[in-house]
Amino acid sequence: MSFRVGSAMVALLVLALPFVSFLLLALVRPLRRSAVAAGTTSIAFMVAAVGAAFWLSWRSVPRALLQSPSTTWTWIPADGGPMATVGVMVDEKSMAMCMLVTFVSLMVQLYSWAYLHDEPRTSLGRYYAYHSLFAFSMLGLVLAPTFIQMFVFWELVGLCSYLLIGYWYDRPSAARAAVKAFWITKLGDLGFVTGIVMLWVAAGTFDFWDLFRLANTGGLPREGMPLIMFLIYLGAVGKSAQFPLHIWLPDAMEGPTPVSALIHAATMVTAGVFLVTRAFPLFLLVPDVLTLIAWVGAFTALLAASMACVENDIKRVLAYSTVSQLGYMMAAAGAESPAAGFNHLLTHGVFKALLFLGAGVVIHVFHTNDIFRMGGLRAQPLIWVPFVLATLALAGVPPLPGFFTKEAILGGVLEAHLTVPFAMLALTAFLTAFYMFRVVFLTFFRPGLGDSHAHHHVPPLMSLVCWTLAAFTLASGVAMARQVLGSGQHGDAPPWLPAFSLALAGAGILLAWLTYQRQALDPARLSAALAPLDWAARRRYGIDAVFLGLYRVALLAFSRLVGWFDRYVVDGILNVLSAWTLRAGDRARRLQSGLPQDYVYGVAFGVLLLFVLAQWRLR
Amino acid sequence: MPLGAYLTLAAAVFAIGLFGVLTRRNAVGILLGIELMLNAVNINLVAFARFSGDLGGIIFTLFTIAITVAEVAVGLAIVIVIFRVRRTVEADHLDLLRG
Repeated sequence: MSFRVGSAMVALLVLALPFVSFLLLALVRPLRRSAVAAGTTSIAFMVAAVGAAFWLSWRSVPRALLQSPSTTWTWIPADGGPMATVGVMVDEKSMAMCMLVTFVSLMVQLYSWAYLHDEPRTSLGRYYAYHSLFAFSMLGLVLAPTFIQMFVFWELVGLCSYLLIGYWYDRPSAARAAVKAFWITKLGDLGFVTGIVMLWVAAGTFDFWDLFRLANTGGLPREGMPLIMFLIYLGAVGKSAQFPLHIWLPDAMEGPTPVSALIHAATMVTAGVFLVTRAFPLFLLVPDVLTLIAWVGAFTALLAASMACVENDIKRVLAYSTVSQLGYMMAAAGAESPAAGFNHLLTHGVFKALLFLGAGVVIHVFHTNDIFRMGGLRAQPLIWVPFVLATLALAGVPPLPGFFTKEAILGGVLEAHLTVPFAMLALTAFLTAFYMFRVVFLTFFRPGLGDSHAHHHVPPLMSLVCWTLAAFTLASGVAMARQVLGSGQHGDAPPWLPAFSLALAGAGILLAWLTYQRQALDPARLSAALAPLDWAARRRYGIDAVFLGLYRVALLAFSRLVGWFDRYVVDGILNVLSAWTLRAGDRARRLQSGLPQDYVYGVAFGVLLLFVLAQWRLR
Repeated sequence: MPLGAYLTLAAAVFAIGLFGVLTRRNAVGILLGIELMLNAVNINLVAFARFSGDLGGIIFTLFTIAITVAEVAVGLAIVIVIFRVRRTVEADHLDLLRG
């Protein structure tokens, strides 16, 4: 018991540190207006939070299976037990997420210190305040022991995402992207909150642990569950950018690059995957929804990968790659191996953050996002080594972590006999290697273009952060390799799978090398050979257009109708009423003639009338 | 004479006064009408006092007369001031309070 309370207290400490930092930055004006003070405060609190998160996982011990990992307090009291509770849920998943979130947050904040050096000093306080709020919200989300608490923090991270995409709010494109991200994710959240409430009606509790117990004992009604879990899954579709709600994530790259690294690659967008993983015992009750998750995930992975192949903006390539990898994680969850997806989430979080921060370095060097206007950085290994390492990890080359987690996902999907999703994911693995090395070759190794920037100065702090993340990627990969080699064999996956996935990655890398480095293949001829696909992918398969059309046709028409009703019916009634009042007042005004004798007439007649009335009544 | 005769006289005087108030154009005429109406009331009071043997009515009448004098003094003063300002005391022209 003492362990449980202690563990919960440490979790609360992890949660409180970024919140205190946010409060300080939001409320103390001198702190907010000075970039150095704001950055120092935020980073100092984040260091403490990282320490607390690692302490939390270090001091934890395996617990009895029946014991709840949640510590909760009553939030909404009601007769016969609280209606809703708040608290913290400390288990392997939330501890791992705590470490990931705090660590990547710290790295990104350190990086921002150098990257946003030229920003107006006064607006950086706002930046760090949002970052602290984001860290608090994300930690609250992963530690939530109940659906309702998770939803509250879920919305908070959405708010932070909106605020940070629109950090440069005077740019119309950034403001529009922020609104787009907010609305598209809200579309999914609508399903999420409806699902939570329906689940509460069905089960009478929001608490994960209680729900899991009910699920195991068959205490949940069977008939309503598919719809409920589908609605909850919708929230994950919006947040984790699954087809068809993936369209907000590429636009979210309008925000500062460190923000893209933290929120739109490593942490927030994985909340959907985390939700499915967290609520997995409930999803197990509805195999149809799981199959849907796997199909949608695999399809999203393939679709996003194909769009990444034709994109020229380095950050957008990475954004599509994030969508693609999120599809991978979802497919794993749908194939009933959420652990594989969750592991991929953790490793992907580190190396995708590294990719974005590395992209930030090259954007810093070239002052452009266009990969065709970069190149010639071969002489600067300080810049390209971490990026290439992360690219190898993403492409799935051993002994880097992406290889192991991806292979586990492919194995899981294959085991679940989802052949078509497996084929889609395999093709995605090939495309991933291709488009990532397309970026690498164009950005770093192609001779010529970047020579004039050859001795461009990269702030040492940025390099340090990139190298730290690279070291973590390599270390986690080596640890995984040792684990796999130590156990002799890995799971029940067919023995040809590692070689197969390695071959896919190798083929992609080879194709990219031939096309963009050796130039043995002409990219134009390559795209001409796949002309219809190329044409469609460049237009994002028309999905944005469909949403835009829906927005114009359905939403704007509806708004116009509502506007017309308001202007002519609601306002009309009020206008008529006020006009009548004015006219009546105008009539009544004329009673006041101002002539004293008229008043005397009135009084005399009134008295006469009273007399008559009195006589009449007396009779 | 019976009480009815006094009351009839008072009613006649009151009616004449009211008629004056309502029809005279001149503010001084209106004041005169008011005086007639007040005195009609006085006649009533005195007549009732006489016939009921209660002296209170007569004392009350004395008060009324005193107050009437004061009222006339104030009323006439107002009329004079109005005349000075507006150069007229025609009631039809004094409609500053018209809505």
